[in-house]
Amino acid sequence: MLFSIVVHAAPVQNQGADTALRFARAVLAAGHGIYRVFFYRDGIHNGSALSSLPPDEANIPAQWQALAAEHGLDLVVCIAAAVRRGMLNAEEAQRYDRSSSNLAPGFELSGLGQLVDACLQSDRVITFGGRS
Amino acid sequence: MTLHTLNQGPANRSGLESCQRALQAGDTLLLIEDGVYWSLPGLPCGLELPPQVQLCALEADLQARGIASLAQPVDDAGFVDLCLCHERIVSWF
Repeated sequence: MLFSIVVHAAPVQNQGADTALRFARAVLAAGHGIYRVFFYRDGIHNGSALSSLPPDEANIPAQWQALAAEHGLDLVVCIAAAVRRGMLNAEEAQRYDRSSSNLAPGFELSGLGQLVDACLQSDRVITFGGRS
Repeated sequence: MTLHTLNQGPANRSGLESCQRALQAGDTLLLIEDGVYWSLPGLPCGLELPPQVQLCALEADLQARGIASLAQPVDDAGFVDLCLCHERIVSWF
C-alpha cells in the first residue's frame, strides 16, 4: 500500500508532528511505501534548518531529515504557507530579497498541486493536525 | 468504512462533537494524543458512540498519560493496519 502523510502540526507546539513521524516509521516498518509527506499550515515549521533544541529533547525536523535520507522520502513544504511564515529556500530568499534562507536540506518548497497529486497517487492519505 | 482519528480531549469538546456527527456504523474511532482522555472510565461528559462503531486508543498516548482505558489499545503498527482495513481516514483536530 502507498501512503501519503499530511502534517498540519508544528514540531514544538503540538504532539501531531511527533505522531506523524511515528506513523511514518510504522508504515515503513510494515513494508508499505510513502509517496509523499506534505507539510501545510503551521506544519511547515517541520522544515526548519535552524530548529535548535536541548540535547535531551527530540528534534523533529532533524528526525524527518534522517528518515527521508534513509528511505528516500519526498518531503514537500507548501510554498505559500512557508514564505508567509518566514520559511524560505535560497531561491525564495532571493526572490523576496531576504538575507538568508532556512529550509533544511531534504525538504522542497512546492505548491498545493503536490498535495492533490499525492491524494491521486496514494492508496491512503492521512492528516496529522495541530490546533491553532 | 472510515477510520476517524481524534486528537482533542475534553478541553476542546467541539472536536468530539464534530466527529460524532460524522460517525457511521462500521466506522472506527481511534483516539490519539489528548483524544485518549475521552476513554477515561467514568468521565462525566462521556463518549457516546453510534452502534457498530469500534473505539480504539493509541497505546503510547494512553501510557504517556497513565490512562487505563475502556477503549481497545492499538500500537503504531496497529494504527497502520487500521488504515489498511478502512477505505479512508478522516482526522479531527
